[in-house]
Amino acid sequence: MKQPFEKLVEQNGGVVLRVCRVILGPHDAEDAWSETFLSALRAYPDLPDDANAEAWLVRIAQRKAIDVLRARRRQPVPVAEIPDAPGIPSSLGLPGTEDGDLWQAVAALPAKQRQAVAYHYVAGLAYAEIANILGGTSDAARRAAADGVKNLRKNYPGAGTEGAPS
Amino acid sequence: MNMSDNHFASPDDTGTLSRLRDKLGLAAEAEGLLDIAYTTIDSPVGPLLLAATPRGLLRVAYDVEDHDRVLDTLSNRISPRVLRAPRRLDAAARELGEYFGGRRRVFDLPLDLSMSAGFRQLVQRHLPEIGYGQTRTYGQVAALVGNPRAVRAVGTACATNPLPVVVPCHRVLPASGAVGGYVGGSDVKQALLRLEAAA
Repeated sequence: MKQPFEKLVEQNGGVVLRVCRVILGPHDAEDAWSETFLSALRAYPDLPDDANAEAWLVRIAQRKAIDVLRARRRQPVPVAEIPDAPGIPSSLGLPGTEDGDLWQAVAALPAKQRQAVAYHYVAGLAYAEIANILGGTSDAARRAAADGVKNLRKNYPGAGTEGAPS
Repeated sequence: MNMSDNHFASPDDTGTLSRLRDKLGLAAEAEGLLDIAYTTIDSPVGPLLLAATPRGLLRVAYDVEDHDRVLDTLSNRISPRVLRAPRRLDAAARELGEYFGGRRRVFDLPLDLSMSAGFRQLVQRHLPEIGYGQTRTYGQVAALVGNPRAVRAVGTACATNPLPVVVPCHRVLPASGAVGGYVGGSDVKQALLRLEAAA
């Protein structure tokens, strides 16, 4: 019993977009989203019926996002000098739209923290899974996510008001 | 539960996602991955689900059939590569619109009869021979397909027609003169017969 692929898009399109966006910024995020779902559609008939479709999609999204990050690696990671004006997409693909302050705070995180935050808080992955993606240990992944959130709290007070998944 | 849903979502995600989903449908079609495209259209007899493979129109379903359940069945029986992608259904939607407007008497659409087999499919292949505005009894249709005693089987074939309206099972009636059952409900059958009688 396998549900129509459209249902997967409906149920997971949002989380995949958020994962891609936090890692890549809005423009590349959309391309990564498209590649993720196209590649998932190709492989879908072979996915075991009892597989967790959301985890599967998030893993594909990670691979696609990492491909983009690798292609970008020459470019420096933004740490300072974030432009003030939300809505202007920078050359680094920083999210600069509606919730401009949060995006700037996220974009300002070091790459590893930003990915750890995305995978844990947006995609809901366990630290062991994140360690597989980022390399290093579960503890390192936990620290990166914690440091990322700490930095976000400092720069974007609204982000820390709710509980985090354990 | 976590901060993601509130803080990492943009207010325009709905619009962005709907645009991305449209794009996905087109890309899937271009890559030959769109095994089943579907859409829903409004009609005088309620919303209709239309689904097609690259070979042709596969399914027309009434609201009472539960479109989600119909899609689940298609996913399991034909392919799970199912996307809402209206473009492939453009011709079917247009012809159905003309039919309900009284401007079309014959459908000219490639059909994919994969959802039926054997005697049922045989009956369904013959149903378009009953012309617009005409009716036959189940017994007459049984005779038409060369098996005059298979009256009940003809009834089953009509009741399980995967392509109602386009394959006109609504033109088959009980010998008693009653309207008889219909996949979309007797009211809908009556409405279609009235439409064809008036045009």
